[in-house]
Amino acid sequence: MSFKLKSIALAAALILSCLCANALAGDVSLGGFLQGNYSFDIAQGNPDGGNFKWAEERVQLKLDANKGPFRVFIKTDGFHDWTDQDFNAELREGFVEYTANKWDAQIGRQIITWGVGDLIFINDVFPKDYEAFFSGRPLEYLKKGVDAAKFGLYPGFASFDVVAIPFFTPNVYPSPNRFWIFDPFPQVTAREKEEPPVSLKDTELAVRAYRQIAGFDTSVYFYRGFFRQPSPLPDNFQTPTRLTLFYPELSEYGASAQGQALGGVLSLEAGYYDSRQDRSGTNPLIPNSQTRFLVGYQRQLWEDFTLGVQYYFEYMHNYSHYLESLPQGFSPEKRYQDLTSLRLTKLLRHQTLRLSFFMFYSPAVSDYMLNPEVKYNFTDHIWAALGSNIFGGGNRSSQFGQLARDNNMYVQVRYEF
Amino acid sequence: MLLPANVFAISPKEIMAKSEAAFYYQGRDFKARMIMKLISAGGQERTRELTMLRKNYGPPGGNQKYFIYFFQPADVKDMTFMVYKYPDRDSDRWLFIPALNMVRRIAAQDKRSSFVGSDFSYEDVSGRNVNDDTHSLVREEKLGARDCYVVKSTPKAGDVEYSYKLSWVDKADFLPMKEEYYDRRGELYKVFTADEVKNVKGFPTITKRTMKNIQSGHRTEVSFTKADYNIGLPDNIFSERFLKQPPRRWID
Repeated sequence: MSFKLKSIALAAALILSCLCANALAGDVSLGGFLQGNYSFDIAQGNPDGGNFKWAEERVQLKLDANKGPFRVFIKTDGFHDWTDQDFNAELREGFVEYTANKWDAQIGRQIITWGVGDLIFINDVFPKDYEAFFSGRPLEYLKKGVDAAKFGLYPGFASFDVVAIPFFTPNVYPSPNRFWIFDPFPQVTAREKEEPPVSLKDTELAVRAYRQIAGFDTSVYFYRGFFRQPSPLPDNFQTPTRLTLFYPELSEYGASAQGQALGGVLSLEAGYYDSRQDRSGTNPLIPNSQTRFLVGYQRQLWEDFTLGVQYYFEYMHNYSHYLESLPQGFSPEKRYQDLTSLRLTKLLRHQTLRLSFFMFYSPAVSDYMLNPEVKYNFTDHIWAALGSNIFGGGNRSSQFGQLARDNNMYVQVRYEF
Repeated sequence: MLLPANVFAISPKEIMAKSEAAFYYQGRDFKARMIMKLISAGGQERTRELTMLRKNYGPPGGNQKYFIYFFQPADVKDMTFMVYKYPDRDSDRWLFIPALNMVRRIAAQDKRSSFVGSDFSYEDVSGRNVNDDTHSLVREEKLGARDCYVVKSTPKAGDVEYSYKLSWVDKADFLPMKEEYYDRRGELYKVFTADEVKNVKGFPTITKRTMKNIQSGHRTEVSFTKADYNIGLPDNIFSERFLKQPPRRWID
């Protein structure tokens, strides 16, 4: 189906649901926004010669309809993209919800966010759009919806989220046309993506159990599914001509806690990544199993000024197997990876002006990302943000080091209704 | 006279404790839908519309839970905010951000911080511990038609932005009819006025109020469009589940 047809189909679906909602005579609300979002390369231009990391006008419509225990929620975007000269549509969320006393269910496309990290994800195993994040799009576009059935169970002693995801959604990584990203196989252009098929066996399962313990919000997590970052499988190592990008099997076990301590909010999170297709660590193309850990602290230093710091640590299991099996010519990853973050936020002029500074810095590989931003709410309906993403340090394959030529400056302007 | 005249009189601290009970603790629970207008000295208006649910856990002056749902402005629609208030230590605060479907704890050390950018602080919304101030009765006088105690409350610790507060407390229902905040130089800088009092289910309730910053000219007007007491709010409303799925029955 062409993009235009898809947009028309989506718009028709939206109007139809409005009509249905009206027919139900429940409580219906319609909202949304018009937005311009432009991100200009301030380094040396994109690999394809362009100068914009992102340039689009976007309209979002949000429909929320309730009737008795049922609710329908639809959030859909239409946009014009200047870098691809294209009109397109995207269903951001669209689900039906049923609420009972001790349980509820949401079926359809939905955004799920778990864990206590600030832009560091251990137990949030749901899809992310890192291109959006590095391009200076509004933060909500970092998260992508999953097509899933989610059940909430509230028996009293604890609460449970149980999510079944039959349709796999991968992460989105920066496009090689717009970003200078590291590619271990630059000479191979024949590439094929192989997503997990839709089947009962490959249905992802994510479970979270949570309750308060001693004033802390505590959760334990379980996930059985797939890595959302693809692993490249070449047809041969010496002279590869074709790559298959596939998503290795993953199970994840974790826990988090967040509460007041040391005069602020303390966050702790840990997870064990069980790489089910490479438990011995002898396949260099598949990530080894890992243990990940995060500690964060947030504090209001004075009125309308908050500080947030985090330290994240990742440990690769079976490191010696990884080193032994790594093909010649590949530079090995470290056994430990780590990341620190700093966030400063100042609100001014009756909280209508927000100055913020966010920084990632990895002590292990010395690379960094800086994100200063100014956001102002001109009225109750119009806001604009101006910011910049600056990358550097590390090396050509490290997380932020590889983006050293992708510095950008962005503007977001939105009219909400 | 065998006894000094003030033996049967009420102490200034008792006045303020009764005022706190009348202003922040009436009923077992409380619900108010309100429109908050933030008006700059130049006349520019911003509007927040929200429903606040409150439930008491213990006697007046004790623990409380608050749940706030935002209808307006559009960029915060469906946002919810929850506070567990403890008189003797920092509150627990949670914020739900709908676009990310994310519940976050937020740091809450400064009770004098502005509530959603208004001239009201968190303490103005949910009350200040009577034991945090020393109170003295300045005089008794009429404010309009109401007989009032005028009480001066001076914070014991120097961690607030004002040096003292004068409260005009109605002798009949103990609601604060007016408050004047004086800054560290002793100059008047903020004035609270109760602009309308209505009887809701037998509880005298301030249904219109204004907080004005005299020095900047900025003011915030709050008017209740709905108010109700003892509605039987269940405990589980104050939970992550309902932050994410605001309970329509209770917030409309």
